[in-house]
Amino acid sequence: MAEVAERLKDIIKPENLIYGKSPVLNNVTMHYCPGCSHGVVHKLIAEVIDELGIQDKTIGVSPVGCAVFAYNYIDIDWSEAAHGRAPAVATGIKRIMPEKTVFTYQGDGDLAAIGTAETMHAINRGENIVMIFINNAIYGMTGGQMAPTTLLGQVTSTTPYGRNVDLNGYPLKITELIAQLPGAAYVTRQSVHTAAAVRKARKAIRKAFELSQQNIGTCFVEVVSTCNSGWKMNPVESNDWMVKHMFPLFPLGDLKDGGKDKTDGFNLQPQ
Amino acid sequence: MGELRLMKGNEVIAEAAIRCGCDGYFGYPITPQSEVMESLMAQRPWETTGMVVLQAESEIASIHMVYGAAGCGKRVMTSSSSPGISLMAEGISYIAGSELPCVIVNVQRGGPGLGTIQPSQADYYQATKGGGHGDYSLLVLAPASVQEMHDFVALGFDLAYKYRNPVMILADGVIGQMMEKVELMDQRPRWTDEQVKEITGSWATLGKTKDRSKHVITSLEMDSHIMEENNLRLQAKYNKMKQEDVRYETILCEDAEYVLVAFGSAARICQKTVQLAREKGHKVGLLRPITLFPFPEKPIEELASRIKGFMTVEFNAGQMVHDVKLVVNGKTKVEYFGRMGGILPSPDEVEQALLQKLIGG
Amino acid sequence: MTEEIIIAGFGGQGVLSMGKILAYSGVMQDQEVAWFPSYGPEMRGGTANVTVILSDDRISSPVLHEFDTAIILNQQSMTKFEKMVKTGGTLLYDPNGVVKHPTRTDINIYRVEGARLAVEMGNPLTFNMIVLGAFLKAKPVIKVENVKKGLEKSLPERHHRLIPLNLKAIEVGQANLEVVQTV
Repeated sequence: MAEVAERLKDIIKPENLIYGKSPVLNNVTMHYCPGCSHGVVHKLIAEVIDELGIQDKTIGVSPVGCAVFAYNYIDIDWSEAAHGRAPAVATGIKRIMPEKTVFTYQGDGDLAAIGTAETMHAINRGENIVMIFINNAIYGMTGGQMAPTTLLGQVTSTTPYGRNVDLNGYPLKITELIAQLPGAAYVTRQSVHTAAAVRKARKAIRKAFELSQQNIGTCFVEVVSTCNSGWKMNPVESNDWMVKHMFPLFPLGDLKDGGKDKTDGFNLQPQ
Repeated sequence: MGELRLMKGNEVIAEAAIRCGCDGYFGYPITPQSEVMESLMAQRPWETTGMVVLQAESEIASIHMVYGAAGCGKRVMTSSSSPGISLMAEGISYIAGSELPCVIVNVQRGGPGLGTIQPSQADYYQATKGGGHGDYSLLVLAPASVQEMHDFVALGFDLAYKYRNPVMILADGVIGQMMEKVELMDQRPRWTDEQVKEITGSWATLGKTKDRSKHVITSLEMDSHIMEENNLRLQAKYNKMKQEDVRYETILCEDAEYVLVAFGSAARICQKTVQLAREKGHKVGLLRPITLFPFPEKPIEELASRIKGFMTVEFNAGQMVHDVKLVVNGKTKVEYFGRMGGILPSPDEVEQALLQKLIGG
Repeated sequence: MTEEIIIAGFGGQGVLSMGKILAYSGVMQDQEVAWFPSYGPEMRGGTANVTVILSDDRISSPVLHEFDTAIILNQQSMTKFEKMVKTGGTLLYDPNGVVKHPTRTDINIYRVEGARLAVEMGNPLTFNMIVLGAFLKAKPVIKVENVKKGLEKSLPERHHRLIPLNLKAIEVGQANLEVVQTV
């Protein structure tokens, strides 16, 4: 045993470190269910903030939803918004302190139902903020009710017989709508269900935060996510279900890149 | 002496905002107060003082922009009229719950619902009893002249920062649309970054530096014991307002046998009524609450023990009258007279009501 | 001294701006002033009226049930405001557009042919300044030099070239005041 301990001592050295928890992530236990995507996305955001060295200039806006306590986990200043209002709160912060990096972190109910107006208008104004959108097709925090992105036929506590198009309408592909907005600079859809997907999502989040330093419009990252508690599955089943049922409707990849639209040609000159 | 100008109440809100060094205005157009944002946009203060002015997509968005910006320790404001204030009720509750300072102007119009664009004071309850959910109070200032519209913007910010609480300027369509001579304050600089840090650095979201723990603007607290503490802290703050910041004006109350109680433009009408009644030999005075919350309880209590009666005059169905009755507590008569729907009672109409309800009765 | 005035006519006759110039002139001679318009849908093409109060003291109510002076520019306003002139007060009107002439015997009544004179001056927009001139002749509560100062202060720089025309219109109004009756 002593020999093993001696050998471990040789291995655990700073120069051998290949992975560590980001210092921007607090040393607390997250309240998220095992298997939930939130924790991974939090970690990625914390790592990006650390890498870019912008901890002291980044203000986060947390939503109402499972991520309401995001401010407990990422060690930056936060403003906790009312349900759906995060893009308006972020607008207020960014406009009044343009030198800061401001991001919202919202779920599907927050961003695509109650806050649709705030979402669309903030992006249409080209607010120079980052928006992280966790789409898990369900209301997690309130106990698994239908979300705007709930799939047709999907069972939730308010669609106990499955989402019915005549009763509930269609799942909202809000990211496709957002990609049409001239104020959007970068719109992408990612996931974090495999190591490869996590690496890609990390790159996308980093790109969004980097672009937001250039003030070229809104950077929007959707993360198609799992909610195994809400879906009543185990984490592995959830990942499979997401790949099988959500990806066809919410395909991964970039939807827009290259900054907000130019106004040449359709900008009346005031007298 | 500052610059003298003839200005509308709404325009002067904009002018006063710029001159007192306001950092930002977020709003949405609604009659009868759209001139506030129009004046700001015309002046382009972002090119001079650096003040931010933004037209939001709704009153809901406006007030949450105020929430975000106020959380950064900046002096920000919004303005609207009654239906718009109803939409803002959610955000105002969050601002009060998160203890953020800001100024909210309500140029009241008649309700309920879409109601009318004509003047009203029917939002007295909404302004003084909270308006949104939860136990909170706004500090409410009721201007009765264009000059006070001007003065109360800077005063509003001072009080908002004194208490870290939203301040509402509760005006009405009369004061908003009326032009009067106004003496403007000289331009004051906006707070520098150093000043913002000095004044709000213990709580504002200015960016987390290594030398301090993170700041979180929130009204959320899941631990009931701590939440109760938070509520008690808010109540202590409101009590402090009652001790330190009650404002009111009395006109000819010294020898009065009857006292009219009215705020805002209703008080202007009553001023004339006092004059008409005095000409006929009736000893009538006027008490004008300037802060509607905290309510001027003491002067009313003092008068209650020696006068024959009060009559409130309000452009609503009788709201402030209940606050007067609570203070008077049966010691003397308390009557109400008012008009609604945008109708403004004339001074002689108020005089007749006074004769009927109090003096003659 | 307190002078409580109602100016009433159609939207587009310059009622509100006439009141504004009057009020600004009051500011120029260190008086307290109030200008309170009717506003809203009734402004759009319909009647427009504005209360102007000039006073040496703090002004009380902008809402009034009687006036020292009524300046009346259409029939609807005559019907509404003739009866609201204080006994011994003043009514000035333009007979063009008025069918029922005032009948009160306890007030001073003046006329000015503002609409006709404005056309004769070659600029219908001078109408309200002609009426203002007539009012200042009937009741010199404001000095013309203060009206000039008021115009300079209230008009944007690019419109200052119109000031001489406005002052001329005031002169025309002063010269064409007709006395119907004085009490």
